[in-house]
Amino acid sequence: MIATLGRFSIWLALAIAVYGAVVSILGARRGRPALIESGQGAVVSLFGLSSFAVLLMEAGLVGHDFSLEYVARNASLETPLFYTIIALWGALEGSILLWVWLLALMTLLTVLIERKRQRELIPYATTILLCISAFFLFLVAFPASPFTTILPVPPDGRGPNPLLQNHPLMAVHPPGLYAGYVGWSIPYAFGMAALLTGRLGETWIRSVRRWSIASWGFLTVGIIVGGRWSYEVLGWGGYWAWDPVENASLLPWLTGTAFLHTIMIQERRKMLKFWNVALVIITFALTVFGTFLTRSGILSSVHAFSDSAVGPLFLGFIGLILFTSFSLLVYRSDKLQAEGDLDSLVSRESAFLVNNLLLLGFAFAVLLGTLFPLLSEAVRGVKVSVGEPFFNTVNVPIGLGLIFLMAIGPLIAWRHASLESLRKTFAGPLLLAILGTGICGFLGVRGLYPLLAFGLSLFTAITVFQEFARGAMTRRRNTGEGYLTALSKLTTRSRRRYGGLIVHLGVALVVIGITASSVFKLEQEVTLKQGESLQLGRYQVRFDELSAWQEPHRFVVQGNFTIFNSNHKVAEMRPAKRFYPTEQQPIGTVDVRSTAREDLYLVLSSFAQDGTSATVKALVRPLVMWIWVGGWVMVVGSLIAIWPDRRRAVAADSVEEYMAWQPGRS
Amino acid sequence: MATWKKLILLLSIIPLLLLLAYGFKTNPREVPSPLVGRQAPPFAFSMFDGTSHSLEQLRGKPVVLNFWASWCFPACYEEAPHLEAAWQTYRDRGVVFIGVDIQDRDTDGKAFVERFKLSFPNGPDPQGKVSIDYGVYGVPETFFIGRDGTIHYKHVGALDESVLKKKIEEML
Repeated sequence: MIATLGRFSIWLALAIAVYGAVVSILGARRGRPALIESGQGAVVSLFGLSSFAVLLMEAGLVGHDFSLEYVARNASLETPLFYTIIALWGALEGSILLWVWLLALMTLLTVLIERKRQRELIPYATTILLCISAFFLFLVAFPASPFTTILPVPPDGRGPNPLLQNHPLMAVHPPGLYAGYVGWSIPYAFGMAALLTGRLGETWIRSVRRWSIASWGFLTVGIIVGGRWSYEVLGWGGYWAWDPVENASLLPWLTGTAFLHTIMIQERRKMLKFWNVALVIITFALTVFGTFLTRSGILSSVHAFSDSAVGPLFLGFIGLILFTSFSLLVYRSDKLQAEGDLDSLVSRESAFLVNNLLLLGFAFAVLLGTLFPLLSEAVRGVKVSVGEPFFNTVNVPIGLGLIFLMAIGPLIAWRHASLESLRKTFAGPLLLAILGTGICGFLGVRGLYPLLAFGLSLFTAITVFQEFARGAMTRRRNTGEGYLTALSKLTTRSRRRYGGLIVHLGVALVVIGITASSVFKLEQEVTLKQGESLQLGRYQVRFDELSAWQEPHRFVVQGNFTIFNSNHKVAEMRPAKRFYPTEQQPIGTVDVRSTAREDLYLVLSSFAQDGTSATVKALVRPLVMWIWVGGWVMVVGSLIAIWPDRRRAVAADSVEEYMAWQPGRS
Repeated sequence: MATWKKLILLLSIIPLLLLLAYGFKTNPREVPSPLVGRQAPPFAFSMFDGTSHSLEQLRGKPVVLNFWASWCFPACYEEAPHLEAAWQTYRDRGVVFIGVDIQDRDTDGKAFVERFKLSFPNGPDPQGKVSIDYGVYGVPETFFIGRDGTIHYKHVGALDESVLKKKIEEML
C-alpha cells in the first residue's frame, strides 16, 4: 500500500513538475498570466505530493514495513525510534527524497515571496527550479526509488549504519547540508532567469541576496555540525580530514562566500556582473557535484553511499547545467559589461576582488586535491592519495590572506581610501593585535603560521568590536540613547552590515580554535592496568575498571577513568566501545571533557577480555570549543543579515515592484 | 567578449566531465588483495553439519571459498542461489565450495543455510580466525583458490552467475 501510494505520488509529482516548467515559460514568453499562475499552482501541488511521499516513507520506517527494500536496509526492530525516523536520510534513496522535498519547499517559498516583487523573473525562475525538481524526481521515480519492494519480506531489517545511529547530531548534519545545497538552486534559478530575460541589472541580485545568505548559513551549520559529529563519533580526535565529501561541501561554501561579497560590488558600483552570474552557476554546479561525489562512488570516502546507477545521471546533469548556463552566459556577455570602474587599489572594491581571487584559489586547490587521485590514475595509471599535507601547505597561506582581508574589507572606504582614513580606522586595532600576538608568543606560541593566524584573527575581532563601539557611540551622541539601546538599534537599522561583521567575528573564533587545537595538541596512547595512570599536560588519567552490558541493539564495553588535575579529582570519564551484531568493527564512543580552555578527549582503543587492562588514547586539544562557538556566531550573524526589516521592506518592495514590472514587456 | 574566449570557456568544461566520467571505470574501494597469486592461508574448521574441512585435504582441487553472514542483506542473499547453482553445476568436475559464516549467531547462520538450501559445506568462524587470515574486511567476499593452492582471484561483493562461471572455468 505504502509502496504503491509512494510511487504514484512521485510519478504524479514528476509529471506536475514537467507540466509546471513548460507552462511557466510559455506563459512568460507569450504574456499569458493564466499559464504563469497555473505553473505556480504546480509548485503548490509539487510541495503537497512530495510532503506526502516523505510522510509515507516515514510511516514505512516507523511502522517497520520491511516489504520496502529501503526500510529493510535502513531500519530494524531494535533501532531506537529517533534513529528510525532520521534513517530517512541515512542512505541514497531516502536522502534524494529529502532533497526533493526541501527543493519543493524552497520553490514554494520563493514563489510566495517573490511572485509580486519579481513579476518578470519569477516564471523563468519557476521553470528552472521545476526542471531541477524534475531531475531529482526522475531519480527517485526510477533508478533510486525509495519505494522499491522486496519479496520475500524479511522478518527484520539490517538497521542503519551504526556510525549513523551513534550520535544525535546526525539529525542536524545531513539536513543542514542538504538545505544549504538545495538553497543555492534559488540564486541559480534567478541568475538563469536574468540571463533568459536579458534583465541583467541589479534586480535579480536583490532577490537572491537573502536566499544566498540563508543557503550559506545552512551550509555553515552543516559543515560545522559535521565537524563536531566527526570529532565526537569517529574517535580520532579531529574534526576535518580533507575527505573528498567534506571537500565537496566546502567548495560551494567557498564560491558562495565569494558570491556574497561580489554582489555587494555589483549593487554599489555596477561592476562584476558577468562574474556574479558565473559564480552563481559555479556554486550551484558544485552543490550538485557534492551530491554526485557521495553517490557515484568514484572516490573513496567515509561518506560514500554504495555504488549505484545514479552516478552517470548526475554527471550528465552537471554537464547539462554547465553547458547550458555558460552558453547562455557568453551569449549575454555583451549585456554584462561593468558600468563602474576600479578607481583605486586601496578601496573596498579591490579588497573584495582580491578576496574573490583568494577564495577561488582556495576552492581550486581543494578541487584539484580532491580530483587528483582520479587524474593520476587516468593519466599515469598510478593510484595515489592526496592528504592533509597538500591541503594544509596550499590552503593555510591563502586562508591567512583571507583573514587579513576579512579584517580590512568591511572598514575600508569604497572607491578610494585616503591614508588618513586608513590610519584612523586601523592604527588602533593593528597595535592591539600586534600586542596580542606578542603576548601569544610570550605564552609559548611558536611558528610563523600560528602566530599570524592568532594575530590576524585578533585583528579581525578588534576591528569588529571597534566598529560596533564607534557606531553605538555616534548613535548615542546623536540620539541620547543608552549604550545598549544604541547598540541594538544600530544593528537592527543596518542588519546586513552588522550581521556580516558578526559573521567575521565567528570566522575569527573558528580560525583561533582550529589553529590552537591542531598546532598545540598533546596526544598519548598507553595500556594501563587497573589503578595505573597516564600523565598528559595538566591531567592524570587513572584507569579504574571496565564495565560491560547488553543493550537491545548492541553490546557495550565501557572503560571507567578518573581524571585528576594536580591531584584534584576533576572528572570521571567513560569512553566505550559498542558492538553491533551487523558490523565487523566495534564502534568507539569517545568521552570528551570540554572547557573554554581545552578539551580532554579519551578513546578506549582496546581492552583485555578479563578487564584487568585497557589501552586508552588521550588527547588534549586547546580551544576546540571555540570552533563550535564561532560556528554558531557565524549562523547568528547570517540570521541577523537576512532578518526581514518590515519598515524598510515595504518601501523597498514598492520601489522594486515598480522597477521590475514594466507593462508591455513580457 | 571575444569569440575565442567564449569558446575556450565552454570547451574547458569537457575535460572536467571526461575526468569525472573516467571515475566510473575505476573502483576506489577495490584494494587489490596482496594474497592474489600467493599460497592461500591454510584453514581447518568444523561445519554446521559436524564434518570438518581443511585446505590441506583439498589440495589438487579448485576451491571457491565464500565468506558470508546471515545479517549481510542484501548482497549475501543475492549471491546465495548463484553459489548453490554453480556448486550443482561444477561439483562433478571436482570443484569444492566452502562457505564461511563470520560474525554471526549459529542459529541465524543455520537458518540462512536452510533458507537457501545450500548443500555445499558451510561452517561458522567463531574466533574469526579464517577471516583474519584471509584479510576479509566485508561480506560477502569470495576467494577462488587454484589446484596448486594459490589464490587465483578475489571477488568483493555479491557474486553473479557470469563471474562464478568465468573464474571457475579459468581454474579448471
